[in-house]
Amino acid sequence: MSGTATDSPAKKGKWTRRAFIGAGVVAGGALVVGVAVRQGNPIDRLSPLLLTSGEDEQLLNAWVKVDADNIVTAVIPHVEMGQGVYTALAQMLADEMDADWNKVRIIEAPADKQYVSDSIGRDFLLPDLEVPALFEPTVAGGILELAQAMGLQFTGGSYSVRATGQRAMRTAGAAAREMLVAAAASEWQVPASEITTADSMILHAGSGKSEPFSKFALAAAEQGLPARPRLKSPENYRIMGQPKARHDIPEKVDGSAIFGIDARVPGMKYAAVRAAPVVGATVESMDATTARTMPGVLQILNMGDFVAVVADGYWQAQQALNSIDTKYSKTEADSLDQDAIFARYARYLDEAGEDGGDMETEEGDAAKGFAEAAIKVEAEYKVPFLAHATMEPMNCTAWVRDGKCDVWSGHQAPVNARQAAADAAGLSFEDVTYHNAYLGGGFGRRSESDNIVMATRIAKATGYPVKMIWSREEDMAQDHYRPSATSRFRGGLDKDGKAVSWSNIHTHLFDPKDAPTVPYYNIASYRIRKVDVPMQLRLGPWRSVDHSQHGFFIESFVDEMAHAAGKDGYAFRRELLAGSARHLKVLDTAAKMSGWGSALPERHGRGIAFVPSFGSIVAQIAEVDMSGPKPKVKKVYVAADPGFVINPDGFTAQMESAIAYGLTAALYGEITLGDGKVRQSNFHDYPMLRINEMPAVEVALINGDHERLGGGGEPGLPPIAPAVTNAIFAATGTRIRELPLSRHNFA
Amino acid sequence: MIKLNINGQAREVDVDPATPILWVVRENLDMTGTKFGCGIAQCGACTVHLDGKPVRSCSTPVSAAEGKAITTIEGIAGEDGTLHRVQQAWIEAQVPQCGYCQSGQIMAATALLQKNPAPTDAQIDAAMAGHVCRCGMYNRIRQAIRAAAGQPAGTETVA
Repeated sequence: MSGTATDSPAKKGKWTRRAFIGAGVVAGGALVVGVAVRQGNPIDRLSPLLLTSGEDEQLLNAWVKVDADNIVTAVIPHVEMGQGVYTALAQMLADEMDADWNKVRIIEAPADKQYVSDSIGRDFLLPDLEVPALFEPTVAGGILELAQAMGLQFTGGSYSVRATGQRAMRTAGAAAREMLVAAAASEWQVPASEITTADSMILHAGSGKSEPFSKFALAAAEQGLPARPRLKSPENYRIMGQPKARHDIPEKVDGSAIFGIDARVPGMKYAAVRAAPVVGATVESMDATTARTMPGVLQILNMGDFVAVVADGYWQAQQALNSIDTKYSKTEADSLDQDAIFARYARYLDEAGEDGGDMETEEGDAAKGFAEAAIKVEAEYKVPFLAHATMEPMNCTAWVRDGKCDVWSGHQAPVNARQAAADAAGLSFEDVTYHNAYLGGGFGRRSESDNIVMATRIAKATGYPVKMIWSREEDMAQDHYRPSATSRFRGGLDKDGKAVSWSNIHTHLFDPKDAPTVPYYNIASYRIRKVDVPMQLRLGPWRSVDHSQHGFFIESFVDEMAHAAGKDGYAFRRELLAGSARHLKVLDTAAKMSGWGSALPERHGRGIAFVPSFGSIVAQIAEVDMSGPKPKVKKVYVAADPGFVINPDGFTAQMESAIAYGLTAALYGEITLGDGKVRQSNFHDYPMLRINEMPAVEVALINGDHERLGGGGEPGLPPIAPAVTNAIFAATGTRIRELPLSRHNFA
Repeated sequence: MIKLNINGQAREVDVDPATPILWVVRENLDMTGTKFGCGIAQCGACTVHLDGKPVRSCSTPVSAAEGKAITTIEGIAGEDGTLHRVQQAWIEAQVPQCGYCQSGQIMAATALLQKNPAPTDAQIDAAMAGHVCRCGMYNRIRQAIRAAAGQPAGTETVA
């Protein structure tokens, strides 16, 4: 990642830490000790939020409490959307604490600014800064304030394990353990160094004494507070690295798991909504004559940018809404048509020419390298807009009354949701209580707060609690879409087929910027530019963010260069990765698993792709059968090195999931526009991968660097599309430069 | 008033007979395990049983359930709370991720095994292809169904 202005050493000195570890006494006399997550001591404020079962519980720090039954509860400052984060983070905390895994409980942190993830803030703001310990005294506090300013209590970017887990949860567990040991040492009058801990017990071998954590939870508060708790080295991990069963699964098989859409509030009514179908349009007029007469209808609201019908039941509300004829104002975006979008990209790229656009990376003289190259390769690739299509349609329940507001939903950034509700209700942050639930899929969609704002506005208008549910059609039409893009490449190879020049210019609508760069590939000269293109469409992060586009572009072009060089895709990538043992190991592992080079049946092909992203290195090899009318992806071999795998089964599941999500997009995913409106509406015209199309997936995990962990939710996605299209090329000789594959006729 | 038999219990609801079973179950009977996904019988998230057969509750009016037994995800465990073998297999294979589609998947799987106690992979795929899992846990779903059917993984080539 590139450096930023904020990581200069001169600036570090300005940030000071007041106290990262705090202690306090809450009402009722219960003693509480906490590792603060911010400057100052947040314990007084957080304790009432976490001490749910009475005074027998001791809050050991902001991420852990111990109750009288010796149950250790991990407080997870991230949301669960299927990625297994509750369990993985609890494993990190419990291992450092030496807790008994069978006696660990997990709760989600309240939507409070105290839980804003400082480690996310740091990784966003100081990507290159190496901070050996979480509580680095001069840096972390300042970053946390910046992170709070950014409103981050955020789950996304595959950050939870590699940032919060690695830096916060582990430290919290270790600190809690050291405080318990110190309390026992004091009581038993033995040196702390003679005390050991295991399975939520404190032991002293010399005297034979052993007591549960709970016995010393109170006394731990009176001990000195460890400024830098000592973390375990990998050979001492007992819970990290184990395929522990996920804590959230039992309630997801018996129907008891509560998602945002399942919120229940006494007296609650239901709202169906329809927003203006074109960005920026407003409701000019509506005819609700029929709707008003329909059963159960309570209110019909023209909210300006959307229409809402509130009724006794959701189905009644939606039926009534369907009968309302709405006219919208004209906007600039009305003229946006599908063909015009890629024409616009082409025009901007053409206008940028040889020297326009914004330089992202430049090394050596790529133009000269290309001019002098023995073999020249040029290609242009395109990918479409994509919807998230989470299984749970967007929804939110809100109740605004007496200067207070309660909001229920499933959101990737609960603090943002709380702030959005406050703004929409015209109340302060403090007057809003935000209740987060399980997310029925997030993938980036639930990092947006548009649903929160709409429900709060409806609830403010009604005065009674309202559950707003979007129809699938509304969910499809009102998404924040993965940006479409066009990317052009020029590559130069010398007479031996060695890559010497890499030039890329691509359109850019929204996403961050590191994905187009390929610093891991050894090429003498690079020139990578972006061209900003305006687009009248809501855009947002989509699983793996801009790597989903650039992974396809880059790995397709690398394959084209390999072919031009007369080399096979695996051998060519080996040359590009020469010198990086860690990268090569991932590539080699995948190749070996797949039997790369061995014979395949007629019209079958293997394709390879290699994409490091979100701190993890992933290689995938897809085996594709092209003997039928459309591609059949039979098997995908995955080798992944995320540094250290906390939960191997959970990580493997993330690879399977990312392949399914990415393959759905590669095969079918395409949001198109006509007259400024999204043309797709439901799963019949925005198809999903089904069970009969799911390839077998074989995953090899590599622990390549236990100090710096990578993410799990996203890095499995970027390689799948190019692995498949490269396999199609191997099988058929047809090079796919535009997704989705459903646009192409293979018959 | 419409008389219903749901999960073995007699209930009466005062709703428009055209209301889809989904919304009656969720809003009038307060059982939220059955999920809304698409509203047009394209995703399977809302699957319940009518007299043991899987139906899309988002597109089936509650009037169609009169005189029949409705079973939802809340009703498939034993009376003592012992999970159905399909639910147990789901935990064993660690199937759910976000979990939103899983009630429908499990209802389809239990109906399949009732009809065909030893399905082939092709038969599993045919029975489950109407169900979207956006987290893509299809291989685990197949594995769990095979386990619930008493067929250990790897005894048959993946179709």
